[in-house]
Amino acid sequence: MFPDSKIPEGPIGEKWDKHKFDVKLVNPANKRKYDIIIVGTGLAGASAAASLAELGYNVKAFSFHDSPRRAHSIAAQGGINAAKNYQNDGDSVFRLFYDTVKGGDYRSREANVYRLAQVSVNIIDQCVAQGVPFAREYGGLLANRSFGGAQVSRTFYARGQTGQQLLLGAYSALSRQIAYGKVKMYTRSEMLDLVVVDGKARGIVTRNLITGDIETHAAHAVILATGGYGNVFYLSTNAKYCNVTAAWRAHKKGAFFANPCFTQIHPTCIPVSGDYQSKLTLMSESLRNDGRVWVPKEKSVAERLRKGEIRVADIKEADRDYFLERKYPAFGNLVPRDVASRNAKLMCDEGRGVGSTGLAVYLDFADSIKRNGADWVAAKYGNLFEMYEKITGENPYELPMRIYPAVHYTMGGLWVDYNLQTTVPGLYAAGECNFSDHGANRLGASALMQGLADGYFVIPYTIGDYLAKTPPTPVTTQDPAFAEAEAGVRARIDQLMSINGTRTPTEFHKALGHIMWEYCGMARSAEGLRHAKAEIQKLKREFWSDLKVVGVNADLNQTLESAGRVADFIELGELMVDDALDRNESCGGHFREEYQTPEGEALRNDDDYAYVAAWEYQGENQPEKLNKEELQFENVKLTQRSYK
Amino acid sequence: MAGSNPNAKPMNLTLKVWRQKNRNSEGKIVDYQVKDISPDMSFLEMLDVLNEDLLHRGEEPVAFDHDCREGICGSCNLFINGRAHGPEKGTTTCQLHMRKFSDGDTITIEPWRANSFPVNKDLSVDRSAFDRIIQAGGYISINTGGTPDANEIPIPKEISDRAFEAATCIGCGACVAACKNASAMLFVSAKVSQLALLPQGHVERKSRVENMVAQMDKEGFGACTNIGSCAAECPVGISLENIAILNREFLAAKATSNNLS
Repeated sequence: MFPDSKIPEGPIGEKWDKHKFDVKLVNPANKRKYDIIIVGTGLAGASAAASLAELGYNVKAFSFHDSPRRAHSIAAQGGINAAKNYQNDGDSVFRLFYDTVKGGDYRSREANVYRLAQVSVNIIDQCVAQGVPFAREYGGLLANRSFGGAQVSRTFYARGQTGQQLLLGAYSALSRQIAYGKVKMYTRSEMLDLVVVDGKARGIVTRNLITGDIETHAAHAVILATGGYGNVFYLSTNAKYCNVTAAWRAHKKGAFFANPCFTQIHPTCIPVSGDYQSKLTLMSESLRNDGRVWVPKEKSVAERLRKGEIRVADIKEADRDYFLERKYPAFGNLVPRDVASRNAKLMCDEGRGVGSTGLAVYLDFADSIKRNGADWVAAKYGNLFEMYEKITGENPYELPMRIYPAVHYTMGGLWVDYNLQTTVPGLYAAGECNFSDHGANRLGASALMQGLADGYFVIPYTIGDYLAKTPPTPVTTQDPAFAEAEAGVRARIDQLMSINGTRTPTEFHKALGHIMWEYCGMARSAEGLRHAKAEIQKLKREFWSDLKVVGVNADLNQTLESAGRVADFIELGELMVDDALDRNESCGGHFREEYQTPEGEALRNDDDYAYVAAWEYQGENQPEKLNKEELQFENVKLTQRSYK
Repeated sequence: MAGSNPNAKPMNLTLKVWRQKNRNSEGKIVDYQVKDISPDMSFLEMLDVLNEDLLHRGEEPVAFDHDCREGICGSCNLFINGRAHGPEKGTTTCQLHMRKFSDGDTITIEPWRANSFPVNKDLSVDRSAFDRIIQAGGYISINTGGTPDANEIPIPKEISDRAFEAATCIGCGACVAACKNASAMLFVSAKVSQLALLPQGHVERKSRVENMVAQMDKEGFGACTNIGSCAAECPVGISLENIAILNREFLAAKATSNNLS
């Protein structure tokens, strides 16, 4: 059976401990003979770089930012889950594991998720020791809050800036190793290809974004920690530079790409305001703890509201539909993200949306302010309220927030085995860029957990097993594979620069995003997906014949950077559509209109689709080959998810 | 699609933008006109409009740093009409919206001005000096693993909250740009205070402040003369109190130093 996920034998609770004992170790004196390249220095990359350097390996770390502190991990707001059970409310490693597998709609690998839940507790200890100022209670101990998809309070947070504080913690650990000379940091340096020698990952090709210099770097192993690909939709909550290029280049060199169609649409984002919109801004899911989601009961009332004939205050309590509380009384406003998003879309499809576009629902804090006071709300969510007001010009203390779902996270990514190794030996993937732990839907506050689990506590163990079997002889860039990869990168840049067409990279990116959002977004159908595939193929031809890039390569050239990334997004987009077409079921963030229950919930097909779809590249313009990793569930019972 | 304010009228603006080919060349202000700018646009979206226009005309777009566009990554760094991050208090450039401007306005856009922040191109500057200051000591020297349980050391909420406030610095460099001396004291003090306030940071508090201040001086940042423009222009409200804490920490370290170097 291929691919082999290398899940250790034994009961779920013992797999990781057993595996840690079974893997080979690298002698402390030999560690300094190994070079490791890490691409991306967000949560996963920075934590891996610091931890591996502490162990004694030589690390070369690469970031396209001017500093590792800019990585988009920094924007994560709500928190990080850990099975500490500090609140005495019934949490445990098993419960976090169970919630994560269930929340992922049973499309993740049990063994990986269990390990994630196990190491979650170590992450909090590590971060506190680094000086991460998590929120605390008056007694001096750590505070927790609850988050969507869970009925316990296990989320640790630092106001609405948890990602920032965790990233700065990892960045400080990384900075320490840079100072010691154990990490060589390459900033403003973008990976443009992977170098494979004798079937193993041996290095990368990069472009210096300031000088345009193309460089090659060799190592005994390569770790990609390059984030998600949500920007394939153009508009998303991702930062503008987030891209799939490093992962896609690795895919084209043999790394399978798993479940690309599993994308998460986050329910609470600030709605689009115009065609000029360059990105979307998330309002933390934690707001759903105290805010109530509603739309008018009657379509006619919503219409008058949109036209400005009536105001929010004119709508009586009895005329408001708190649709999440109505449909899901057990979880109410705290249902998982995919459920909340789909219901918001349903309300708007019914014509009951609000805001001038009708593509928004209310998130209302009036009750919470009445119950707890505005100061209490400000202490908890002040920075989010300020951000909302800056962007929309409206005061959320007086008017309910308008929110709408937006692309936020990608559960799919490079296929990895239990060791986080891709199908290219020596190439690892950590954090959002792998497909690992979230199945078809990620629970809130689990992205930070996974990024740091991979970087601090998984890769440092598993990569040793590979290196111990690799001779500690120095690696160089002398192999012809380096020159070949470098020539390929140069040729591609020359091609992008020489098309001399009429349309800008941004225009192509917007066109792609439109196709993806319409046909491969919150709701998908076989017919729509087939149409999208044809549209993307057409767009690809137009891109390579009508692209316009000005300036030169030997310079800071942001248009050229963008062009290369959009080219890769177009190819990824087609694979996402193929994957969505293959999966004739609805699960988590993947909702196929043909497959739903009579109540409109996602209808899974466990008999035929309880697998990871791992796509294998076959060459330019060739259909990719689908490999299936069948998922085994021994500890979690597959049920129709119910949050009612 | 209309925004939150459907009655807001589009604006026409004159932009005076700093253009500089690279670090070694001289720069100059170039005038551009932008039309039909929606008040609901962010400032950077307005620059996107300019850049798409330039690209269509075959001219090089204006290079500027940005990324998250939600005020947290610290990438964006424009000096707008003589102020770091522009006219709105407590706001990064990316969160500044065009409703703060009026039809017919002339807007001057420059990069951060400081010797320690050389210009890469146009409005993009090199802030790696900040990274080197953190590398000099802006961390707690612990390795991964082997740390005590997170609740083993209780920390008073007031202390933890103050450390958090200091830790919210986004490293954008507005404090340096706003300071007539191009001093980095607010940036450095934010990290020094955060770690000096927390018990976990006490072990290295003396060497930390000495090493970070030494690196700050080495990078060529100016001295602090207690004017306070840094805190006034800081987009995330880092308090001047941190500079007082840094000074106290620095004096205490110098008076009792166990840093033998």
